Amino acid sequence: MTVVEPSGPGGEPAQRPDPGAEDSELVRRLRSGEEHAFAELVDRWSSSMLRVAVVQTSSRALAEEAVQDTWLAVLQGIDGFEGRSSLRTWVFRILHYTSRAKAVRERRVPALTEVAGGRGPDGAWPDGESFLSAEHPRWPGHWSQPPRAWAPVPDAAVLGTELRSQLGAAIASLPDRQRLVLTLRDADGCSPDEVCDLLDITPGNQRVLLHRARTAVRAALTPYLAQGPS
Amino acid sequence: MTTGPDLPCDELVELVTDYLEGALDAATQDRVEAHLPECVGCRRYLDQIRTTVALLAQTPRWELSPAARKSVLAAFRARSPGRPPAAG
Repeated sequence: MTVVEPSGPGGEPAQRPDPGAEDSELVRRLRSGEEHAFAELVDRWSSSMLRVAVVQTSSRALAEEAVQDTWLAVLQGIDGFEGRSSLRTWVFRILHYTSRAKAVRERRVPALTEVAGGRGPDGAWPDGESFLSAEHPRWPGHWSQPPRAWAPVPDAAVLGTELRSQLGAAIASLPDRQRLVLTLRDADGCSPDEVCDLLDITPGNQRVLLHRARTAVRAALTPYLAQGPS
Repeated sequence: MTTGPDLPCDELVELVTDYLEGALDAATQDRVEAHLPECVGCRRYLDQIRTTVALLAQTPRWELSPAARKSVLAAFRARSPGRPPAAG
């Protein structure tokens, strides 16, 4: 279940239904042929599944095949599913192996040059933003050129074409694992735990990847959105 | 990491994600929150990260193509040939 976790201090954790009970009910409905239940699951999880698969197969078309094959494998295996892991974990494990097999068969094995938590370019700073040095007598490490204010961005569903395209370009230029964590968390609304489970990374790794990705996207949007003097 | 009373801006910006996730220890969170009211640069930065997250929430989810989706649902139906298809 993809639930957006409330962020930041002061947010009360949402009441989550017991995942074990939810899973049992869902498995029961799938086994008894309730198409609504299956369609809903496909619609809910396919976005995240496609995002994960495309990193492994380097191709949107192959990713779609991998996700389709995964759902078929889920149908074949559902009667034998024992509930030792969550349904979601099980489905995404099948996806992992299916995508990888497909990538190997199609000779699309990606070069995984970025390791979770490995050093990458930290703090992408737009032109015109900088900090005072650590040796500064009064304000070491403080802004010397602080961020300029951004123009107000449109609410809700009114993202203009240009902003949408800037955002898309910024996301596309991220390293694979940063892009994956960012889109799973901030676009698809997966919880931190879900992302860690899916990608088999620690909460710390997950936050590092998310941090770098958000920093880079914010920096990419700044030249477009910043207005006026500091 | 400095331990003096004032958190420098170049350290705060590295903490924003942990701050928004609620993952900072209490002492560090206090230092962040003590710094923000005094620093328009950091307030703007934090706000821009929040705006970035809000914009990302508006990016479209990915979808299976209609053909792929149809094929997957058809496979489901083929498992239980006696049942009527889902409405709508």
